[in-house]
Amino acid sequence: MQKLSDRGINLLFQSGAILLALLFTTIVLVLSDAPPIEAYRNILIGSFSSWKQFSDVLVAWVPLLLATAGLLVTFTAGLWNIGIEGQITLGAIFCTGLLRLTLGGDVPPWMAISLSILAGMIGGALWAALAGVLKTFGGVNEIFGGLGLNFVATALTLWLIFGPWKRPGIGSMSGTEPFPMELWLPQIPGLRLSVWSILIAVIGIAIIYLLLQGTYFGLKLKAVGKNMRSAYILGIPTTRYMMSSFLICGLFAGLAGSIQVVAVYHRLIPSISSGYGYLGLLVAMLVNYQALWSIPVSLFFAALNIGSIQLPIVLKLDSALAGVLQGSLVLFVLIMQGARSRFTKRLLR
Amino acid sequence: MEVSLIGIHKYFGAVHANEDITLKIPSGSIQGILGENGAGKSTLMKVLSGFIQADKGEILLNGKQVVIESPSDAIQHGIGMLHQDPLDFPPMKVIDNFIIGSRLPLFPKKSVVYREITQLQKQFDFDLDLEAYVESLTVGERQQLEILRLLWLGASVLILDEPTTGISAPQKNKLFETLRLLAGQGKTIIFVSHKLEDVEQLCDRVAVLRQGKLVGVEVPPYNIESLVTLMFGKLVNLADRQDTCTETPILRVEDLALESPRLRIDHVNLEVREGEVIGLAGMEGSGQLLFLQACAGLVRPIHGRILINNKDLTGKRYHVLMKEGVTYLPASRMEEGLVMGLTLNEHFALAGENQGVFIDRQAIQEVTSTRIKEFNIKGTPRSTVESLSGGNQQRALLALMKNQHSLILMEHPTRGLDIESSIWIWSKLKNRCSSGSAIIFISSDLEEILHYSDRILVFFAGKVSPPIPAEATHVDQLGQLIGGKGWDKLGLPDLQL
Amino acid sequence: MTGISILIGLAGIITAAAPIVFATIGETITERAGVINLSVNGTIILTAMVGFATAVTTGSTLLGFLAGMLVGGLVSLIIAFSSITLKQSQVAVGFVLALLCRDLAYFLGNPFMGLSGPRLSNFHIPLLKDIPLLGVLFFRQDVMTYLSILLIFAAWIWIFRTRPGLMLQGIGERPAAAFVRGANVNLMRYVYTVIGGALVGLAGPVYSLSVKAGWKGTISGLDGIGWIALAITIFGGWNPLRAAFGAYLFALLQWAGLVLQPSLPNIPSQVLQVAPFPLMILALLLVNIGNTEWIERTLAGLPEDVRRLIAKILRSLRASPPASLGVPFEQD
Repeated sequence: MQKLSDRGINLLFQSGAILLALLFTTIVLVLSDAPPIEAYRNILIGSFSSWKQFSDVLVAWVPLLLATAGLLVTFTAGLWNIGIEGQITLGAIFCTGLLRLTLGGDVPPWMAISLSILAGMIGGALWAALAGVLKTFGGVNEIFGGLGLNFVATALTLWLIFGPWKRPGIGSMSGTEPFPMELWLPQIPGLRLSVWSILIAVIGIAIIYLLLQGTYFGLKLKAVGKNMRSAYILGIPTTRYMMSSFLICGLFAGLAGSIQVVAVYHRLIPSISSGYGYLGLLVAMLVNYQALWSIPVSLFFAALNIGSIQLPIVLKLDSALAGVLQGSLVLFVLIMQGARSRFTKRLLR
Repeated sequence: MEVSLIGIHKYFGAVHANEDITLKIPSGSIQGILGENGAGKSTLMKVLSGFIQADKGEILLNGKQVVIESPSDAIQHGIGMLHQDPLDFPPMKVIDNFIIGSRLPLFPKKSVVYREITQLQKQFDFDLDLEAYVESLTVGERQQLEILRLLWLGASVLILDEPTTGISAPQKNKLFETLRLLAGQGKTIIFVSHKLEDVEQLCDRVAVLRQGKLVGVEVPPYNIESLVTLMFGKLVNLADRQDTCTETPILRVEDLALESPRLRIDHVNLEVREGEVIGLAGMEGSGQLLFLQACAGLVRPIHGRILINNKDLTGKRYHVLMKEGVTYLPASRMEEGLVMGLTLNEHFALAGENQGVFIDRQAIQEVTSTRIKEFNIKGTPRSTVESLSGGNQQRALLALMKNQHSLILMEHPTRGLDIESSIWIWSKLKNRCSSGSAIIFISSDLEEILHYSDRILVFFAGKVSPPIPAEATHVDQLGQLIGGKGWDKLGLPDLQL
Repeated sequence: MTGISILIGLAGIITAAAPIVFATIGETITERAGVINLSVNGTIILTAMVGFATAVTTGSTLLGFLAGMLVGGLVSLIIAFSSITLKQSQVAVGFVLALLCRDLAYFLGNPFMGLSGPRLSNFHIPLLKDIPLLGVLFFRQDVMTYLSILLIFAAWIWIFRTRPGLMLQGIGERPAAAFVRGANVNLMRYVYTVIGGALVGLAGPVYSLSVKAGWKGTISGLDGIGWIALAITIFGGWNPLRAAFGAYLFALLQWAGLVLQPSLPNIPSQVLQVAPFPLMILALLLVNIGNTEWIERTLAGLPEDVRRLIAKILRSLRASPPASLGVPFEQD
């Protein structure tokens, strides 16, 4: 009985958060003289009106879910791996690099693709390791270390696109020379979606779910995240566990970056990470360590991203509206969580 | 000033921490408040000093009812409190500690503060350097700082919460002298303690609290037995000493030197045998913690050797030493021992041996249930550790230790526990000793050190005494030693600075 | 390069550092009270847009600055409310706000993209402007630059020389001790968080109305500066003077990058543009590495005089945060 009413209160506050986020976004729309209902309708149309649209949502969902999966590991270890953007980028760079190496050789395409994905994962892990070393051995907060590395990764991309990897002729913001079709992850005819990438994402989140729920590794990571000193005294090698969580997150981020190259853009572009790292942080915060919940939540966030692409064309609004809605949603969920515990505490008194 | 508390009630959740307490304290007297840990003494004093508010009841000063809603209200009314852990600002200068919270102007004139404080210092023969940083002071000096500060702000009622914990015998004498002087000036002193001998020595009257209730008020000459009965509800006897000491050495420390930013220890030699208990005595920050952590591998020595089971493990980390059977049990259980948010099940899973990849929840549940029974922990396998009481947390920590011959290193094993829990915990520890474990522990309770140790090391400002057999010494000598006196009798130069 | 052009360049550095000074001093004040405002990056972008939009609409730069302070104060009020009153993680809320404010700026600022608007003019201080060297360097600036310099000293005096300032240190260091000395800890944390946030909110308009005048949406070049400001706060060891030194050093490096670029054709422009970020990491490494456990262990194994020397160097670099930074205060 107690449990039931608890859940009821929880639900009440959570729906309150969603309503407040909608209200906030609506006010923002009204402030900028835009018709709110029209705007929401367009986001829905843009993401769900046809198979083609929905498949685009899934295309965005895959890297977002992979990034979130990785972040769940670092979050469990109590780490804010903001450097994930750079890790995705490095994944894409390594992946592109390896694919370029296979060009003109006689490596079978399936092997080239697999190797390039692997290379991307290693790239992401290396970049994460850097943030991890700075944190564990240098005492540099992972937020600042990670951010710095993000900017460096972006610069590296630009340098490659305009320098060593520039298109024949002159480098341009549109990225490197696209790879031939046989180096693409096979797509569903007529769509940009690849069944393979969906499969990879689903397997990825399943692995993370198992890792965090059922293994000693997950439990120890949780202890490290909640109280590092106690965890150390209990015999857990905390440094090693923190580094592992960075590496695992880096592997997943690199995987997401690889997917962006082999399944979506088929080349390296300046903002290859598409902000999925930061968005993944929001999703991970929202699902509060529950891996399975990240599947629908990241799908919803991906839908907002894809749906809002319509806005500039149809309503002359900036597509940043998706970010406003996503950000305010997380903000109000956090606020409502606090309000709820304050509320229940008061009831107890 | 005369202080009257009338019908004070205070609840913390379901706990009735103060139950209908009525007490009248005449001005110019030293009132003792006696009771064991958790009896509600601190709660009552926090109510009087405005730190928390009573749920019901009245406070009268000189017969007039007052409302005290915050510590600054209290000080306005002339009530000041010295908290057990002095509430000051360690990284700041002594003088700044005076200025914060004073009623000086926006840009305070330091020269005025200097003059006033120096005058005040003379009255009590204190000698604080106002330009020193608080973190460089001893606990006793920090108490002096707080006393001066409260008097400077015009306090006429001084509340002292367990002020004799962590200070040396000479410092204690100095404190008592000061308090008598203040009472003579007409100030009201409220002295909170769980130590009978302190109360006996100092107080004009004693009120005894037990389980939140005021159970009696006594006046001198005190009948110790009746005070004990009031405190505990019955007479309690400590278990008899047990000798479990063997001849097999487990730890050997050779010419050890340690260094921390504030302290240096040199030439420590010690051999600990299986079954032996070594007590480390000293004022907080005298080097005993550094030594204990060095034995655990948490601090690396700058010189000397540490051998465990005849293996040289100097400079190795705690986790390497753990494999040799070393266990470290820290003082702050929730910060360094247990993980808040994890259940007992999860703790036993973490501490368990034979870990595979996947957690066998069934097996863990069984282990946890047995341990809960064996160690008499009030809680279920699914209880989170923060939902347990302090005593049960300490039992849980003990229950997490591995069952092998080992060296157990403990900080304050019974701090904050009631007497029965303490006795129970020591009986468990002694059991470990009879099966071959050795214990080294720190305590600020000299009685505990004397009663349970076989040999004692005394620390003073980084100097370490040779091991003193417990039966060859007594409380007074230890009290002198931790204050730096009487070291010449140990064949060492007197260290009083 | 001639002497006078170097001098003008240096004067430009003082101008360019002004917004960073506002942001780091604001953040220093907030963190001194024990609260981390991680939203700085978003706040700067949002207030740059709001300040610019207000100034364009009303024609008044003053109103633009005030609007920036208002918005900065409001954002920090959300952080104060959710962390102090609701006990939510300051890092989580701050990070979400950093993203949210940025997107809000891009969305709401859409109609103001590329408009031309008012710009803060220089104000030469009579007499002082004619002092050789110093005149060009310090006294031919705009009002906000003067204010930024004044703020450095005012903040320092407040924190270290006044009674309420000492209490501010106490609140961030040990709130319980501040409480028994009569401070309303949580109220003061609100106040200092909002004051700090309002100062951060000045940084945005200083960019959009002076240093990088105008609003260009995502290519305004403001993304990232807020994170640098947060790093400089740490580098500054929560001391306004050292923080200001960090801000000027950063502006100097940016300027050096611009000046050096033509003479280093082999280094692509992207490398020099991100140079501040690895330097930021390096700076944080220097001030933090002395706090790590492995350094302590390694030092213990070294001979006495080497150990002393290294420990001394590390100590002089080290910056320790207020002990209760990010920790909520509860009375019982």
